[in-house]
Amino acid sequence: MSEGAIARELVCGTPRLKMPGVSMFCPGCHYGTIGRLLCEVLEEMGIAGKAICVVSASCSFSHALQMAIDFMLAPHGRAAAVATAIKRVHPDAVVFTLQGDGDLGAIGLGHFMHAMLRGERLTTIFLNNAGYGMTGGQMAPTTLLGMRTTTTPAGRDCDTTGFPLHVAELAATMRGVAYSARCTVHTPANYRRAKKAVATAFQKQVDGVGYGLVEFLSACPTIWGMRPEESLEFVGGEMAAEYPLGEYKDAGGIW
Amino acid sequence: MERVLVSGNEAVGWGAIYAGCRYFFGYPITPQNEIPEFMSRELPRVGGVYLQTEDELASINMVYGASAAGARAMTSTSSLGFSLMQEAISHMATSGAPGVVVDVVRLGPGTGTIQTGQTDYRLATKGGGHGGYRCIVLAPASSQETFDLMQLAFYLADKYGMLVLVLSDFIVGHIIEPVVLRAIDFGPLPEKEWALKGTDQKGGRRDFHMGILIGGIPEFHRLLAEKYQKVTEAEVRYETYHADDARLLLVAYGSSARIAGSAMDMARAQGLPVGLFRPITLWPFPGAALREAASRAGRVLVVEDSQGQLVEDVEPTVRGEASVHFLGVWARHNSGSGGVIHPERVLEEIKELI
Repeated sequence: MSEGAIARELVCGTPRLKMPGVSMFCPGCHYGTIGRLLCEVLEEMGIAGKAICVVSASCSFSHALQMAIDFMLAPHGRAAAVATAIKRVHPDAVVFTLQGDGDLGAIGLGHFMHAMLRGERLTTIFLNNAGYGMTGGQMAPTTLLGMRTTTTPAGRDCDTTGFPLHVAELAATMRGVAYSARCTVHTPANYRRAKKAVATAFQKQVDGVGYGLVEFLSACPTIWGMRPEESLEFVGGEMAAEYPLGEYKDAGGIW
Repeated sequence: MERVLVSGNEAVGWGAIYAGCRYFFGYPITPQNEIPEFMSRELPRVGGVYLQTEDELASINMVYGASAAGARAMTSTSSLGFSLMQEAISHMATSGAPGVVVDVVRLGPGTGTIQTGQTDYRLATKGGGHGGYRCIVLAPASSQETFDLMQLAFYLADKYGMLVLVLSDFIVGHIIEPVVLRAIDFGPLPEKEWALKGTDQKGGRRDFHMGILIGGIPEFHRLLAEKYQKVTEAEVRYETYHADDARLLLVAYGSSARIAGSAMDMARAQGLPVGLFRPITLWPFPGAALREAASRAGRVLVVEDSQGQLVEDVEPTVRGEASVHFLGVWARHNSGSGGVIHPERVLEEIKELI
């Protein structure tokens, strides 16, 4: 270093696992942030080289193009079944699914439930943005009551479409589940809490304790018809009111 | 070599274990339950995994996952369950994932019966799912052949990166016969470098089934067509019996081939020049060999316990060379679910035609 040069220290950069390339996510979408969070956790835990991620048809698929770990694209809704088999073949790998609310909560709910019931040593990162993003904003099982979507133009009405699906609470009732939590990344404090939750869920798998689930309330300004900063308020407000944040289960075993 | 007395369904299990299959995923359905029962008992003894699934969608998707992870994996089901599997099979065809499925056919459509029938030929051979893909279809007619073809199925699946369907049926699955347990050596196969194991294990990142867009759509479909062409040229299998001097050629597969074979023997005992052509691969279809045998006989009688599906492939194959006749499900000896086409009924038809 020459005399008088400014000393530089890298305090924040791109995670090593984040592959170069343009993000495929819409402006204001939280998926990119959650992808970064996953990269950080996998790196910090030293398990990236053992990680195999299963995605399905949903916006979460795009993560597969941006993270330098093994990926598999499962048929829509079938990630939990596909991941089960991968984990049975490679018990020492860290296998996780990355699923949207249509994928996990509608077409794939049965596989998700049974993977939890079997106590598979898997981790599921569930991205709840209250609608179908990839297909253009239709109602999902997680759509809030009263919320307008392209298939509930007058707002979701429980008389005809039923009620929002509470995945983190549901998972906590399953005996095969060791960890269940609901998080957001809409503020730095929540980001830090979410990182801890994801690390705990992965640790339950590494330790062979049981199934781990982390649900993210994730902003989708595109289908919500909001500006990104409005969608932040919506996540912390209406979304968190219907879907309370926190840990729902943290068990040492799944007896 | 060890000999065992087993049903066709148990022969499926023995064949899979001899082929090195260590992962079985299945959902109960009649008439194939002896297969998962066998696997649940035998696989743990050889360090394998048996997993009872929540439905057939899970079964086939688990085969897909295990296959992507580099393992030899299979499931078994019967007709209705095989219908449910079509979407995932289409996905597997896209990514070139190997896999083995056994369909112990029961009569359809719908719930149909839990007994015999051959009503899945079209579904099996034409690609039941979307997108225009192919599966190799092997049709055994005995317990020994079931055992042998199971080993071939795993080899072909790995060799070509395809799903291989073993199309059994109620009768083939339940006939109890001696089987010689012998490991068949088909030769070496390349390492599964594409298998998902985590980047630590192989020093590089692997995507599995990231869609057909990578590499371009025309190139993707050209490679797929080339693969199917190669299989069509190299993997056709069939057997002929008394075909050389036959004036009437019976064409049948699976349990109907056993029945047609008995009818042929009865006809021959009466001095009638009848032969039998038995396709073993239903896809690739042994068209050239059939056309040649049929042209010598001049007449073909397709015996198939269905409303007429195999006959749809036979007719265009032998057109101009032989007349085609068909004896189907309406020739059964009774109208209940236990009805079958007896050899005597086939013989009657032979006498009409010859």
